[in-house]
Amino acid sequence: MASYSTNEFRAGLKIMLDGDPYAIVENEFVKPGKGQAFNRVRVRNLKTGRVVEKTFKSGDTVEAADVHDTQMQYLYNDGEHWHFMDQESFEQITADANVVGEAAKWIKEQDLCNLTLWNGVPISVEAPNFVVLVITETDPGLKGDTSGGGGKPATLETGAVVRVPLFVQIGERIKVDTRSGEYVSRA
Amino acid sequence: MPQPWQPAATLAVLAARARLLARIRAFFADAGVMEVETPIASRAAATDPALESLATVCPGLADSRLWLHTSPELAMKRLLAAGAGPIYQICKVFRGGERGRRHHPEFTLLEWYRPGWDYRRLLVEVAALVRVALDRPELAAEVLTYRAVFLDRLGLDPMGADIETLRDAARGSGIAGAADLALDVDGWLDLLLTHRIESGLGRGRLTFLCDYPPSQAALARIRAGDPPVAERFELYLEGMELANGFTELTDAAEQRRRFRCDLQRRADAGLACPPIDEALLAALEAGLPPSAGVALGVDRLLMIATGSLHIDQVLAFPVERA
Repeated sequence: MASYSTNEFRAGLKIMLDGDPYAIVENEFVKPGKGQAFNRVRVRNLKTGRVVEKTFKSGDTVEAADVHDTQMQYLYNDGEHWHFMDQESFEQITADANVVGEAAKWIKEQDLCNLTLWNGVPISVEAPNFVVLVITETDPGLKGDTSGGGGKPATLETGAVVRVPLFVQIGERIKVDTRSGEYVSRA
Repeated sequence: MPQPWQPAATLAVLAARARLLARIRAFFADAGVMEVETPIASRAAATDPALESLATVCPGLADSRLWLHTSPELAMKRLLAAGAGPIYQICKVFRGGERGRRHHPEFTLLEWYRPGWDYRRLLVEVAALVRVALDRPELAAEVLTYRAVFLDRLGLDPMGADIETLRDAARGSGIAGAADLALDVDGWLDLLLTHRIESGLGRGRLTFLCDYPPSQAALARIRAGDPPVAERFELYLEGMELANGFTELTDAAEQRRRFRCDLQRRADAGLACPPIDEALLAALEAGLPPSAGVALGVDRLLMIATGSLHIDQVLAFPVERA
């Protein structure tokens, strides 16, 4: 199994801790005037997204996590699992609700998503940064309002609810930033 | 991606470095301390298990392997034994495996020695030098013992504490991952110092931490007492360690014992074991006057002078673009 010495620690490095894959967010080298050196790191659990601190003795080694990111096309949901396809190998993989998480609110068939695979198994799914979705439900806006001020809730075809300007109506396609969950423009 | 050719430090910071070096040299000229130069590359090297020396090869020499010094300490003590009197040196030193916000494998050290002085007298001069170098004549100074700081900040007596007590203290104080660390007594003390004490030291003033456990004496004299302590100090300013000084060990037999003990620990840890500096031991046998000496990190002092948070901000070309 591949491993890394603390000397190789840098942001983005994927390591195994307590049986889970983590990515190093920040690495600080700490050493007293004379004596033992330490690496104090902030690491993100790639399964839960939680960031924690951890201190290592400098020179210690840590097992590498076999984690990589890949872009895959979302095919369909069978009611329990989300199915994705690698567009080059046509290999298909499935992910459950825990793994898809927030992305489920935004993705629809054919969308290209970033999947994080650990030992070949998906552990997180990222929706595209911007998606275009149809409004299925919203209150009729005030006539003549084009300022976009105020806003109102609108339900999208995927079930997500976003705040939209008053002038946007049912049946219209809008662009949404999935990272903030905010309306960007009409599409 | 290729590294940029431009310097990492701004030209203003490089000018501040030049001024800092000029002030330091003026301080020592006024104090009657002589500037010296000693070899960067030597046949012997530091034995301290916490230091990793860089090695190089000089083609054409019969004995071609040379070690880059981690500090000029050993050679400067030979000058003291030769009767040089008070001396100082500003030089580049090299330490492998040290890279971070406050660490760079090649850095500038100011080291000086005062024959006839002890560490308490020397630390007063260190404070004076820092005030001049930073142009902050009003900067206050305090002297705290290692033991008092541990008692005050952690409610823990570091002298004679056993591994279990220290490990429990580290876990109890919330150091993440402490439970998984395998350390010796000094390792646990270093962990507590760096993670729970250091950042609070030297806030708005110069804090000298002194009288270390004898196991952390390095090349300091140990003063008998209850408990015995190493006559060693470290200077902190704004949570950053700036300098380390001693009343120097002058006993050749004790020095040889410490060198051997260091090498044994290095061998146990699988580290390179460079040759012991026999020339230093010969100089100690010939007679090193009672002396105090100190090493101060010039790059860190410049970080404070310029308000820099990362050492790269005060270096023309950090190693990645060197």
